[in-house]
Amino acid sequence: MSEPITGITTPIRMEYRYTPGTATSLFLRAMKEGRFEGRRCPSCQKVYFPPRGGCSMCGVEFAESVPLKNTGTIATYTVVNVNFANRTVDLPYVVAEVKFDGADVTTSLLLKGVGVDEVRQGMRVEAKWIPEDEWDFSLANISHVEALDEPDAPLESYKDAI
Amino acid sequence: MSEEVLSAPHIMEFPYTRSTGPVVGAFLTGLRDQKVLGYQASDGRVMCPPPEFDAGTNAPVDAAGLVEVGAEGVVTSWSWNPVPRDGNPFDRPFAWALVKLDGADSSILHALDADRGAISTGMRVKVRWAEERVGFINDIACFEPA
Ligand SMILES: [Zn+2]
Repeated sequence: MSEPITGITTPIRMEYRYTPGTATSLFLRAMKEGRFEGRRCPSCQKVYFPPRGGCSMCGVEFAESVPLKNTGTIATYTVVNVNFANRTVDLPYVVAEVKFDGADVTTSLLLKGVGVDEVRQGMRVEAKWIPEDEWDFSLANISHVEALDEPDAPLESYKDAI
Repeated sequence: MSEEVLSAPHIMEFPYTRSTGPVVGAFLTGLRDQKVLGYQASDGRVMCPPPEFDAGTNAPVDAAGLVEVGAEGVVTSWSWNPVPRDGNPFDRPFAWALVKLDGADSSILHALDADRGAISTGMRVKVRWAEERVGFINDIACFEPA
């Protein structure tokens, strides 16, 4: 009762409706069905995954959807040593920027099964899906990526995504 | 392409914990003990809530020198809130009021539980203390007509 106050909690909470737009809706519907779907820029031919409505470099609207594979290459990565609130992953862990095969941009995903001193650029990985009955309109359908037993990809193949 | 755009409820939440510093800490400690503290500034005026620095000299305020002000005061300004939101002190329409407590020269903002027609600038109000006080601004549940 007599201890002086030195700290307070001031939680902030926002409840709102999120509307992702046409391109992200297409992407999320495909995720719900267990598919990776990117979109190609008609001007520079780059494939965005996750897709956007248009190309940020060319300013052109996308038209064509492109199915992508479950496999990809680690273009770059971060070793995380400090957890944020509610994150339960054991430290340290790796967040990898994965360029999925057929895509030209990267996606941030948790890497599992590889030590933080073993991870490297060019490492080949595969997306691991959560059980099918739990699939939702969400990138969280991918729980993490795991290393493939394949030789590393050459820098040429992912350097433009870094 | 003509498929409907998705839409879903989202909740974003930050469970901030922050340190109070000596002055705000002393002020909140006072509220927990049912005392409202202010700061007598270098120009003689009493500021409540207390600032962390003196506006005249820029010197840090010494929390040990805070003075107690009254738990009653006068409404200096108010605003009616007809549609309370989550997290507001009441789930029915109420007023936000600036209250100059007796002995203070500045005003403190808090909820005022009174009928809209009964509220006016200059009305006398008093603190309604929360039953359970933890050292937070909500230890003052609200103001009510005195
Ligand atoms: Zn382009």
